[in-house]
Amino acid sequence: MSERTHTSRVQGSGAAGSGLVDVHRRPATWTGLWYVLPFLAFYLLFLVWPAIVGLGYTFTDRSLAGGPVSFIGLDNWNETFTDRALYESLWNTLVFTVLSVPVMVLLALGLALLTDHARRLGWFLRFSFFAPFVLPVAVMALMWEWMYNPSLGLFNGILGRLGFEGSEWLFSENTAMASVVIATAWWQVGFNYLLYLAAMQSIPKDVYEAAAIDGAGAWQRIGRITLPLLFRTTVLITILQLIGSLRVFEQIYLMTGGGPNFATRTVIQYIYDSGFVGLRIGLASSMAYVFMVLIIIASVAQFRLFSRKEA
Amino acid sequence: MATTTDRPAPTAVTERPGALRRGPRPDVGRIALYTVAVLAALLWLLPLLWSFATSIKPEGETTITPPTWFTADPTFDAYAQVLGRGDLIRWTFNSFVTTSIVTALTLIVCVPAAYGFSRFDFRGRPWLFALIIGGILIPPQTLIVPQFILMTQLGLVDTYWGIALPQVVAPVFVFILKRFFDAIPCDYEDAAKIDGAGSLRILWNVMLPLSRPILTAVGIFTFIGAWNNFLWPFLVTTDPDTMTLPVGMGTVMGGYGIQYAQVMASAVLGALPLLVVFLLFQRHIVTGVAGAGIKG
Repeated sequence: MSERTHTSRVQGSGAAGSGLVDVHRRPATWTGLWYVLPFLAFYLLFLVWPAIVGLGYTFTDRSLAGGPVSFIGLDNWNETFTDRALYESLWNTLVFTVLSVPVMVLLALGLALLTDHARRLGWFLRFSFFAPFVLPVAVMALMWEWMYNPSLGLFNGILGRLGFEGSEWLFSENTAMASVVIATAWWQVGFNYLLYLAAMQSIPKDVYEAAAIDGAGAWQRIGRITLPLLFRTTVLITILQLIGSLRVFEQIYLMTGGGPNFATRTVIQYIYDSGFVGLRIGLASSMAYVFMVLIIIASVAQFRLFSRKEA
Repeated sequence: MATTTDRPAPTAVTERPGALRRGPRPDVGRIALYTVAVLAALLWLLPLLWSFATSIKPEGETTITPPTWFTADPTFDAYAQVLGRGDLIRWTFNSFVTTSIVTALTLIVCVPAAYGFSRFDFRGRPWLFALIIGGILIPPQTLIVPQFILMTQLGLVDTYWGIALPQVVAPVFVFILKRFFDAIPCDYEDAAKIDGAGSLRILWNVMLPLSRPILTAVGIFTFIGAWNNFLWPFLVTTDPDTMTLPVGMGTVMGGYGIQYAQVMASAVLGALPLLVVFLLFQRHIVTGVAGAGIKG
């Protein structure tokens, strides 16, 4: 099923023609265009137009504070490619991604397996594991800042009672990123978890029954039936999570502000800092373009890589 | 002798996971399973429970170290203080208005677009579809600068429309809905056509009733996404009166300083609206993820 998903996605973004042949189509008229127009208007005004205008900004010294604008050629691009802070923020984004993706895929798998087997608690477990996903990021950030509070927080309180020394959590360069990843996993794992759960519950029961008759135990059934059948779901979840993790900004911005000492500043925040704090529209735009291209390359590469592996 | 050799046999078998189901063992396995499940769920609820526990403490007790779970005299003072200030209610209202606009407009523009791509042929259709689907790859966060300047030019900064309009562009929903429409057999439409129905009536009377689950799912996920969106509303609002709930809580709340009971009371209140939505629509959300995620 997800095989089809990937191929049609690739076709849809590349050679759209071949993916669009279907039997429902009526002879060519203008009617269809009328249905597409409202969406197209929004799309052109709020996505395509900004993307074009933004490219233009990269060749100017335009400031968010206003003032005269002049053409400065490739200066912003030169500055972008030689900016150490940008590379550091790219690195931080990468570290966050590398740490968060495995955690959020495996954790989702584990929690879904638990829910799938402890069926009588189904409703309670689904609520517990998915509920954090619907929390506004500000709520999540306030809750975790409070628990991470080095002197008054719950975590150091528990550690202290157990006789351990507390951690600085969000306030140390060494632990801040890991703390952010833990909080993010708690907050966002629910979506992957639901995808896994849906995939598990679509596995026909008689497959398990046949295996049980053959003497396969619970662990064997998980290892030999459930996990192999979840391979495609795992690929899908991993891709979505990778793309999502690379775009990280808001929970980190709210919990650490990018600190301490910029140790958790991500690319999106650096673009924001350059454009909306430093007021340099042109520079922020060229950085945004670099990052956009990197994300698109990463996304396309993943789809290519994974859809080939499946075939 | 015979009994002693018989006895260890089941134990030896249980070494193989396959034998877990024989004898009294399965109960042990089940008890372990359910214990782990309950513990994991409680661990997951811990941040919510701890926030609530903090929020009902008298302000003086929140700074006791080491922290305690229960207070001798629980109070809702912090809630009264937070609600009395009024801004949280204002932000919730703003969130409700902007999120409703986003959800309604998203459905209003995405559904016809998906219908148009699914059921009609017109000039430029393949490359228009490719253009729109290509938009899925563009992270909206990378367009914040030109989008913000566009909003300044349109005079929409610090307005509901300024918050809502750019969020309506959701090419992924066009894609998901088109796939869903593609799977609906056209026999229904042919019948309606014989009765003389035009394409708009077919969309309204045939397609929409058949797509209720996917429409509900798209609606709910648009709502959750827009309600929790932070970056864009954060950029486009500077006036606390037009801020949405996440933005207001994220920026203004710092002013509450070290009154932790109040901060946690507002966190609990900020969590409530969508938790209620989730409780009401849990079934739709779960099936929606199954439908949109696995098939889409």
